Parts: sequence; C-alpha cells; structure tokens
Amino acid sequence: MTSIKQLPYEEYFLAGNGSCPGCGLTIGLRNVLKALGKNVYMVVPASCSSVVQSPFPNSSATVPLLNTPFAASAAAASGMVRALKIMGKDAVVMVWAGDGGTFDIGLATVSGAAERNEDLLYICYDNEAYMNTGGHRSSATPLGTFTGTTPTGKRENKKNVPLIMAAHGIPYVATASIAFVTDLYDKIMKAKDMKGFRYIQIYSPCTPGWLLPTEKSVESAKLAVQTGIYPLFEIEGGIFKISAPSKAYLKKEKRKPLHDYFKIQGRFKHLKEEHIKLIEQWIDQMNEEYAALDGKKIF
Amino acid sequence: MKVLIPKSKPAKGAVGKTGLWRTSKPVVNHNKCIKCVICWAFCPETTILRFEDNSVDIDYEYCKGCGVCANECPVNAIEMVED
Amino acid sequence: MSIIEDKKSLSNVKVVTANEAVALAVKCAKVDVGGAYPISPQTSIMEYLTKYIETENIPMEIVRVESEHSAMAVAMGAAAVGARAFTATASQGLLYMAEMVYWVGSSRLPVVMAITSRAMGAPWILGNEHTDVLLPREWGWMVLFPEDNQEVFDTIIQAYKLADTTLVPVVVGLDGFILSHTTMPISIPDQSIIDNFIPKNTPKPYALNTEDPFTHGNAVHSNLYLEFRHNIFKTIEDSEDLVDEIDKEWSKLTGRSYGGVIEEFLLDDAEVAVLVMGASSGDAKEAAKKVREKYGIKAGVIRLRSIRPFPVKRLSKIAQKVKAIGVFDRNMSPGLGGMIATEVKFALYDLKNRPIVQSYIGGLGGKDVKIADFENILVELKEMVDGKREVEKVKWVGLDLAAIEKFLEEV
Repeated sequence: MTSIKQLPYEEYFLAGNGSCPGCGLTIGLRNVLKALGKNVYMVVPASCSSVVQSPFPNSSATVPLLNTPFAASAAAASGMVRALKIMGKDAVVMVWAGDGGTFDIGLATVSGAAERNEDLLYICYDNEAYMNTGGHRSSATPLGTFTGTTPTGKRENKKNVPLIMAAHGIPYVATASIAFVTDLYDKIMKAKDMKGFRYIQIYSPCTPGWLLPTEKSVESAKLAVQTGIYPLFEIEGGIFKISAPSKAYLKKEKRKPLHDYFKIQGRFKHLKEEHIKLIEQWIDQMNEEYAALDGKKIF
Repeated sequence: MKVLIPKSKPAKGAVGKTGLWRTSKPVVNHNKCIKCVICWAFCPETTILRFEDNSVDIDYEYCKGCGVCANECPVNAIEMVED
Repeated sequence: MSIIEDKKSLSNVKVVTANEAVALAVKCAKVDVGGAYPISPQTSIMEYLTKYIETENIPMEIVRVESEHSAMAVAMGAAAVGARAFTATASQGLLYMAEMVYWVGSSRLPVVMAITSRAMGAPWILGNEHTDVLLPREWGWMVLFPEDNQEVFDTIIQAYKLADTTLVPVVVGLDGFILSHTTMPISIPDQSIIDNFIPKNTPKPYALNTEDPFTHGNAVHSNLYLEFRHNIFKTIEDSEDLVDEIDKEWSKLTGRSYGGVIEEFLLDDAEVAVLVMGASSGDAKEAAKKVREKYGIKAGVIRLRSIRPFPVKRLSKIAQKVKAIGVFDRNMSPGLGGMIATEVKFALYDLKNRPIVQSYIGGLGGKDVKIADFENILVELKEMVDGKREVEKVKWVGLDLAAIEKFLEEV
C-alpha cells in the first residue's frame, strides 16, 4: 500500500480554480490525477466539476478535458475510446461525473457502456445530491437527509449503484473516500492498468450543500467510513472484498457512534432519535450483508 | 475562415486570485511540523506547497482558507488566524 | 449527367436503396467511429455499416448504444479527439437526441448525420415529413437535402468536405421510405477520388490531445456567449458560395452536379415557380413541364438543396426573374406557415421587386402528393400573378376536413 509521502509531487489540477472552500471533489480529483498522470483524457458531464474547472478562456485542468451534457458522458467517452483505438493512440479515458449524472440521468448511459465493457475508467464522485444546482435530492442521497427538495428529510434510501455496476459483470468496481487518499490512489493505480469498464465511486463531501464547516470535509468523510455508513470495498472479477479502511468497522462494536457523523453536518440536524435508529438499523444490515459477502464471488 | 472554438487553456488562477476569498489563513508552525505531508495530501486547492524535505508552506495567493489542513494536522502545527 | 454517360465510374454501379447509399458513402468516406441506434426508417443504414465492418474488414468502430442521445454522444466523443464520425436517426430519435445535436453544433465538431425524414407523434406515425430534418437548422448545423439515391451518396461525401472546412456539423436529409427503402442505381467513384476530395489531414484545432492539452466546452461568461453564437451564425451565413464550390469541384471529378445550394429547373424564362425539397422534386419538375405544355404557363422549379446555409443570395437572384414562388412545405410551423416559406419570405422581404410568395403545406405524415397537386399550385400561382386569385397566408394541399369532422369533440 502506498503511503501519503509516496504520493507523487506532480499536480494536474491547478490552484485558483472555481471550487468552494473545503471542496471534497477537488481533493479526490487531485489525487486521482496524481495516479493517472498526463496520459489521460477526461470527460465531464454537467456537475460541480463544470464549475470547478473554471470558465473560458481558462481551465484549471492540465489534461485534455471534454465537457458533455448531463446524461452523455459514458457514451461520449465510449466514442472517444473507440476513436483513440482506431487512431492508434494509447491513453486512459476517464469519465469524472457526479452522482446525479451517474445514479439518475446518466444511469442508462453508464449501464450501456458497462454492458459493452467499453475500455474506460468511470469515476463517480458522490456528494449525495445535486450540489451544483442548489441541492436537490438525488437517488444517491441517503435516508433522512435534508436537501432542497426533501426539506423534512428524504424518505427513501440511497441507491446501491456499485452493486448495480458489478451486476454488469465488469472487471472492476470499487468505492473509495477522499479521507483515505492512499486507498483511493491504490484503487486508481490498479484500475488504470486494467482493460474494460471500471467503476469507482468516491465519497466526496460538499461543504455548502451539506451545511458542513469548510474545515470538516475530510473529517466527515473519515467518519462516514468509521460509522459504517459508507463502507469501502472492491469487486474485482466479481469477487467482493472489504477494503482495509473499512475492515474494522464491519463489526458494530468497533463503529463510531452515528451521532458523531451527523452532528457536524447541518443536513442531518433535523433528525430525531427514532430517525437515527432507523438509519442505524439500515447500516447494521448493510454491514452484516457486506461482511457475509467478503471474499466471495458475487457476480 | 476564422472559427471560435469553445476551448480553454490550462491556467493557474483560472478564476482569479482565490486567496481573496479567505477570511482566515493557515499559518504553519515549522517547529511543530513533523513533515507528514497530510495537510498537502488533503488540500482541496493545491495550495499547500510540498518541498523535497517534506516541509510545507502555504500559497496564500490562492489559498481559500478552508481550514482542512489545520483540522487534519495530527500535531496541531497549523493554526487558522484571522486574515 | 446520367450514370450511363458517366463512363469513368460505369464499372462501379450498384443498385441500392438510399439507406445503403448512405452506408456506402460513409464507408467510402473512411469514417472512423459511428453511433448506432435503431429507428424506422433509418435502421438499415447502421445495419449495412455493421455488415461491411464485420464481413469486409473495414477499419471502423460502430458503437451499438442504448439511445439516440448516446449515438450522438459517441459521434461527439470521437470527433472531439479528431476522428471522423457519423450517426443517423429520424423523427422521435432526433427529438430524443436533440440535446446532443445542439451541443455538437456549438462544439464546432465536424460530425455528419443522416436523417431519414419521418413525421413525429402523437399519434404514432411512420410516414414521411420534413419537419425532423429541418429542426437542426436552428441548432448550429448545416442542412443539405438531396433528391435521389445517387445524390444521397454524393451529398454525404460533400457533407464531410463542408464540415471539415467550416467546423460546422452537417445533416443530410433524405426522404423516409420514398428514398430510404427504394432501390435505384448509383455510381460509386474510385476510392482515390474520394480520398483526395475529403482528406483526413485537415486542420483540427478542436481536437483534444495529450501533447497540447486544453479543455473543450467549459463554461463561458454571458459577456462572451453572444460572440460564440455570432461566429456560428457568420460561418453558416458565409458558406453559401462554399456549398456551390464543393458541388462544382465534385462535378469536375465525377461529372455529377446538382446546382450547389439550389437546383434551378426551367427557371430561365419562368414566371412562376414552385420551391420544393427532396424526392418530391421529380413530381414538381414533371408538373412544370406539363403546365408549360397544357397551358403555356412559364413554370419552373426551385429545388432547395441547402437549407443551412439558407441560399439568400441565389434565391434573391431567382426572385428577380420570377413573379410568384409557391413554397411547398412538407412540414409546418404551427399557426404560422410552412417553415421554409417563412424563411423564403424573410430572405426576400428587402428586395425592391419581390415576387409573390405563397406558402403551401402538404404531404405531412406521408400523405400522398401527386404531380397534379404541383400542377395546381403552378396554375394558382399564375392566377395570383394575373390578379385573378388572392394570396393567402397558408394554403393546404390534400386537406380533407370532412373525413375527420365526426371525430371532433367539443371542449
């Protein structure tokens, strides 16, 4: 496993960009690009990243980047991958999409590209709502969360897109977190050299959207793993494996109190004890299921 | 034929001097710093400068003052002070 | 020039549907990547292409996507790194694809798309209509409309020339079923002629690459967006002569010319003319000949080949000669008139001695339009010129209101 000090010095996403202070996605993007290096093409659908990359005539990205409409990224990346292949150019094509563009409007497109096993790396940075558009709920928004369109808390739970993606039989699926950058880096390094469709979902806090103090983005991401609400895992060749940062927290007694995670985020402020109990039950069940799957071939 | 293509070139400070957004700034206490570079790895803005000896400094021109570095420093070697 | 006279290419005559003519042209254009999603009457274009790839070892990638939106996204992603890209659609498919069509137009990516024209629901309808082909004229695309299968082949090749030169993508419209599913002989030029006509090494300042990285399509402030739109406007506006030049150049190489932006038929001495697009032009030409014979009316046909660029210059010249133009639109702008009639009026309004322009709407959803209908139009136009008939905002061709009267409901 790579250590923090072993992360490359090179930066591919420049300072003075359009991200909000404490932005989770830029922490992820910086470290993902460190793993991928220069020989990568980025495809970005409508998302926070449309703003973060900064406006014409400047760009904060130092790698070639194609912006696409919301639902189009996986298909545009498919066309790009095929074109590079036929032109004899060898490079990684990476989609960098938000949860709205992945879980909701782009799901058919992502599924199509995965079914064709297109040779591309699809990364969903998951900030659990439409954070670039004022904060509507998405199907990535967890149960109970306050958003612009769930003012008294979301009634439905988060869609399990990593398992949906794994059901396509693609070679690699992983969840990662901006709080565990070396785990993230290693997953990107592994996926980089694989062929076929690779899906990585990165937990990326949004400070304004989550009503989260700007300095707390990494802390909240760490707590998401430590409370078991966002387990990190890989599904490689259909085999499910809990990642090192989440290993200990499969056991309920090792998990930090959910309250620690909720109390720093305004989006959970309205939750009552009974709501928290419900969410806790769901977390318990999910972790039990994942513990049972650990090491097994599931697809 | 002169065509206008919607393309943009890489530039530091693409939205301007984002250091102006700041209300408080991180100050590194180099005596306390253990050179773990955790602050550098987690900086959302690429404004923690990491040197070859793993000492760090702040790029105040662009640092937005989010405070992640101070929050994550394991030895409290970074302090947020009013700007 | 008929294909029998075209001795140069006589050896390579094929009898094909217009859909196969499109596929053959795409193959000859050495397209790198295509996006395939089915919709009648376009479906067989991509079937022919996949057949060529899989049985003739053609170096092309066809991505069999999950929607028209994705078919255009594939073309966009491929073109964005400098590959030659193609897709095809029709009707509902175009509407579903619309977001991407607009984006590609504004992205200055030289994609070519065939649209086999078809009406749109509700109610479900398969028949031919030109509304779909015309929609992208507002979306930053050139729009060309050939008349028969040979011209369909030739226009696809010409479309790549036009797109590569202007960095504006091009729609080639072809009449659904009437051409798409009807066989005609076409002559295919030597591959070397096509290779020289549309070389792949044209300047590609839009093409993303890792050597000189840039970002394509990121946000722009409101104070510069207008300038982006203006540049697309000007490029298309200034391309009228280019469409003519491309047609002339092609004619030198193959012996086939279509008149560039407009094919002028019997217009030299014409007093009245009907303006049409696509496959109906043959009927319109026949009608012009007949009314000349029968009634001595000096009639001609303006076959609009290029809708974008809209041939304002050429049309203005023609308008100096004729006294009345009947614009036959197989499409409509609800409550206003035919889409092309509206544009013709805009184009000619500033002329000192502008002719009468009468909008005719007909043939929607594949309703039959006969030679006699065009004869009638030409006769009516002559009556208008002679002051014996009023010009109306819109005249409908083949409208049978009695047939639907009993289904009307009070609200």
